[in-house]
Amino acid sequence: MNSSAINHYAAAIRDAILAHEADIECLDREIGDGDHYINMKRGCEAITGLADELSTLSSADALNKIGMKLLSTIGGASGPLFASFFMSMSKTLKTSDTMTTLQIALAFEAGVQAIMQRGKAQAGEKTMLDVLIPVATAFKQLAEQGQSSKDISAALKTIASDGLESTRNMLATKGRASGLGERAIGHLDAGAKSCQVMIDTICDLVLSKQ
Amino acid sequence: MKKFVNNIDHMLVESLTGFATAHGDLVEVQFDPTFVSRKQKSQQKVAIISGGGSGHEPLHAGYVGKGMLDAACPGQVFTSPTPDQMLAAAEAVHADKGVLFIVKNYAGDVMNFEMAAEMLPFEHATVLTSDDCAVVNSTYTTGRRGVAGTVIVEKCVGSLAETGADLASCKALGDKINLLTSSIGVALTSCTVPAAGRPTFDISDSEIEMGVGIHGEPGRRREAMRTADVIVADMVNAIVHDFEAKQLPTQGDILLLVNGLGATPLMELYLIYNTAAKLLTEKGFSIARSLVGNYITAIDMAGASLTVCLLDNDIKQHWDSPVHTAGLRWGC
Repeated sequence: MNSSAINHYAAAIRDAILAHEADIECLDREIGDGDHYINMKRGCEAITGLADELSTLSSADALNKIGMKLLSTIGGASGPLFASFFMSMSKTLKTSDTMTTLQIALAFEAGVQAIMQRGKAQAGEKTMLDVLIPVATAFKQLAEQGQSSKDISAALKTIASDGLESTRNMLATKGRASGLGERAIGHLDAGAKSCQVMIDTICDLVLSKQ
Repeated sequence: MKKFVNNIDHMLVESLTGFATAHGDLVEVQFDPTFVSRKQKSQQKVAIISGGGSGHEPLHAGYVGKGMLDAACPGQVFTSPTPDQMLAAAEAVHADKGVLFIVKNYAGDVMNFEMAAEMLPFEHATVLTSDDCAVVNSTYTTGRRGVAGTVIVEKCVGSLAETGADLASCKALGDKINLLTSSIGVALTSCTVPAAGRPTFDISDSEIEMGVGIHGEPGRRREAMRTADVIVADMVNAIVHDFEAKQLPTQGDILLLVNGLGATPLMELYLIYNTAAKLLTEKGFSIARSLVGNYITAIDMAGASLTVCLLDNDIKQHWDSPVHTAGLRWGC
């Protein structure tokens, strides 16, 4: 994963988020406050706008730059959470010279832990973490077993969509939906949906690589 | 959606530019990072800074000025501002006595102000407002939301800061007022986030949303529309129950704030005040101060919130002190 791959992923993620506008907006209107899609779009466009600058940086520096940019662009809860993810991922990658699949998995795990810390949240609270935590756990496990990046991607696609589906019957205890009590049950979480879309997009890119 | 718009992406900048021009004697606005600050920088006082998503005008920029805030950081509509805004605002207005952030208790606002505070090179503290009694507090939720009580906190803490009080005293007063204040809102219609272009929630002509948040977050219950007296009685009861739950006295002097959420006319707000004042007096409270109008809105939502703040002499004095901002002005 070099910075040109990061730019490639970022462009694909932006396209995927834009393509899912209707789904994401609808979920956020049901149990949120209707701004999640707009914030995601603003963040994605800010990152694709950085492509030239990112291409001159190392992967770790590019991820840190992405984090800083998201922090000053998105706002809301997503801004600090995604920023913490990328900045922490960057910090972890900086500690090693080579970049193996396992190192990426470990950096991803560190990023997810940073989100948990910043949001003071765990699995089961009807948030993006219900997608991210199972994906991080499986990613590390499969990478440790030495599985190929294609096999890992295929597995993570399923785990991410299972994670998203798991939010349907949860009570929301974090975020805007937390005031809803039982009325949040039956709805998917919009933040979990965005994360599933992003993970699915990256996995598809890995799977389609020659 | 029918709104006064040129280009959705420029709405905030155009509106803030208009605001800063209209109130050019009081404030100035900076962009990228965006914040509104007093025209005359204050000396030798704690810098009081607030901020939050746009769409709640006059909160917060409308409360920048003498006797209230030193700066406000407006975010995108209903979206928390970002740490670079808070850092730039603090850098611009701090006056060597520390910085106090007044933050409404929402996950996004809390996290962005927290990250800003971690990077702030000055002495700082934060008052979190959480006066909305519609959301039941528990260890499992993000907690109670900060709503109209925030205006009272900003007014009184701003007043105390003008006297040269230190950071700890300013924070203590803010925390005290937050504890002594309870609010609840009710929506007759949804609001429409301009960039989303459609109402945030669906609600029929015969329904109301009791306990609605200032972003159109659904409250606890969808109820049938009834007479104003019945709706207001439910709101008053919710506040009194909250006072009991907080083990506060349900008698004594209070400030009663009837706040419009954006599309409810003053005529109806005064009608609500009339009922609320009667019921609260019957319960044993004495209404010593009143405020009725649009002070913290939810874009174009029809609806209102009730806020009751228990007053002691300290709070009364700071409520009455001179204030000159775009949104509140008396005594000067």
